[in-house]
Amino acid sequence: MTALSLRVGAVSWRVRLRGVAVSLLGLVLIVLLMAMNMRIGEIRMTLPEVISGTFDVNSAAHFVIMELRLPRALTGALVGAALALSGAIIQSIARNPLASPEILGVTTGASVTVVAGVVASGSAYGGASGLLATAGIPALALLGGLVGAAVVYGLAWRRGLDGYRLVLVGIGVAAVFTNIKFWLLTVGDVNDTGRAMVWISGSLNGRGWEHVLPTALALAVLVPLTLLGTRSLDALRFGDDTVTALGVRTNVSRALMILAAVLLAAVATASAGPIAFVALASPQIALRLTRSAQPPLLCSAVVGAVLTTAADLIARTAFSPLELPVGIVTAVLGAPYLIHLIWRSRK
Amino acid sequence: MRLQAAGVKLGYGERLVVDGLDLGIEAGTVTTIIGPNGCGKSTLLRALGRLLKPQGGEVLLDGKRIDKIPTREVAKILGVLPQAPSAPEGLTVADLVARGRHPHQTWYRQWSSDDEGAVAAALDMTGLADLAERPLDELSGGQRQRAWISMALAQGTDLLLLDEPTTFLDLAHQVEVLELVRHLHQEAGRTVVMVLHDLNLAARYADRLVAMRAGRVVAAGTPHEVLTEDLLGEVFELDAKVIEDPVAGTPLVVPIRPRSHPTQPRA
Repeated sequence: MTALSLRVGAVSWRVRLRGVAVSLLGLVLIVLLMAMNMRIGEIRMTLPEVISGTFDVNSAAHFVIMELRLPRALTGALVGAALALSGAIIQSIARNPLASPEILGVTTGASVTVVAGVVASGSAYGGASGLLATAGIPALALLGGLVGAAVVYGLAWRRGLDGYRLVLVGIGVAAVFTNIKFWLLTVGDVNDTGRAMVWISGSLNGRGWEHVLPTALALAVLVPLTLLGTRSLDALRFGDDTVTALGVRTNVSRALMILAAVLLAAVATASAGPIAFVALASPQIALRLTRSAQPPLLCSAVVGAVLTTAADLIARTAFSPLELPVGIVTAVLGAPYLIHLIWRSRK
Repeated sequence: MRLQAAGVKLGYGERLVVDGLDLGIEAGTVTTIIGPNGCGKSTLLRALGRLLKPQGGEVLLDGKRIDKIPTREVAKILGVLPQAPSAPEGLTVADLVARGRHPHQTWYRQWSSDDEGAVAAALDMTGLADLAERPLDELSGGQRQRAWISMALAQGTDLLLLDEPTTFLDLAHQVEVLELVRHLHQEAGRTVVMVLHDLNLAARYADRLVAMRAGRVVAAGTPHEVLTEDLLGEVFELDAKVIEDPVAGTPLVVPIRPRSHPTQPRA
């Protein structure tokens, strides 16, 4: 693999050119896909109108773009990046390409609390919908995600953390949470459960700056921290004895990286609901594009943003004027991919 | 004394494998631990390399308790090659060996010229320079084992612990790996502790042998002192003849029959 060594004084980095190229290309794609997305809405715009509307403060479209369309597109890209980064971390730690935040109990835990919240608020829902939708649901999702992860982590811990055990416990807990969620949906009022269903399929509809800011803030803090842990993460791909022999505090590093992954997934889920498969597929796509042995973190995040933005574009145009939740599209596209992965790992 | 176990109790969970064992490793020696399956030799090696925390007693590295030294500092002094190590799929030899530089790197110092030099030197020493860009899974067992030893070498430690570095290798490759170990010891004065199953190779390549049985050290000393017919009976329950290795002059074990089975071998 072509790598460039950058050395200035005591500072030295190794930059993989393929990774840089893939990331740059991905960033261009994200901007392009976001612009395509911003054409869609009550008033359809052309691409030039979107561009002039974004930068020309006096244009008629400026308000619509800045207040409605840009935050929605940004939420999609940021949520996709956060989910993918979370998936890359978890796949590295579990040493398993089938691992994802669903396995850590984050997304399923969030679904349970959100559905429970919507169902429980029941009759008061009509009055409280505004507040519940903007602040209550993300908060419930964040709480549920963190509790779900704590349950999985607690059950998987046995004098240290084994990646395989984590995956198995995670699958079991996810099944339990999913069934609790279905049970709640059956006891709830039809109108409430209908709303809850949209959320649990993962949707970017109506997302505004109040969704962009927390996600952006979380990424701004967690991405640098995660990148600092890249070397430990690379080492954690090896067997535990090798990792410890290399001077890594195995359990501490692993716990910190899992915490970062949980927070990323929980924040993303709080903003847009559990968008399926982005966390699973993005790291594996990035890995193949960069031809590296482990999921590259930054590239995975870029791929995740591209996938989510592209899926949202499909969700809004495929059956236009009907708009699907983005999570439906990622699930439809992701399912064959998951089968492909399982098929490959069988061989 | 570079490395010392003092009254260590070792085990997994409730089960103690080693109950109060003392052992000292002197600087610049090659020590080989031998013993029957399940005698605790790998467990002991893992404890010496701080991969397993003793439930009692202590392990001292250069006179200091190894668990009191930051693990990263230990990794600059002591390299461990675990038994049957596993690497991510698709990893190249160069990437594997580069991983050995981990304890010397920080987030801003990820690939210094020291790192590059150490990796190149380690690849050269193990004769893998030409295979550097090949994925590890495409190599033969002997080449792969040399790649792992390369990684431990790139770590730049003068103390090396090798857990069964010759498992799964044919005889020629076993000798190849042990010649490399001897070279590391003679050229660079490294202190090596390893676990081996083949007694004759152990005798040939070690300065000191440590024979273990049921979690205890039964005998320790030069190969001539340790590899006696009496000891083979006691430690391995094996009737054997010990003659002189016509090539190296070290003891050579010719097995006759296991003691537990009364059947006579054919004449």
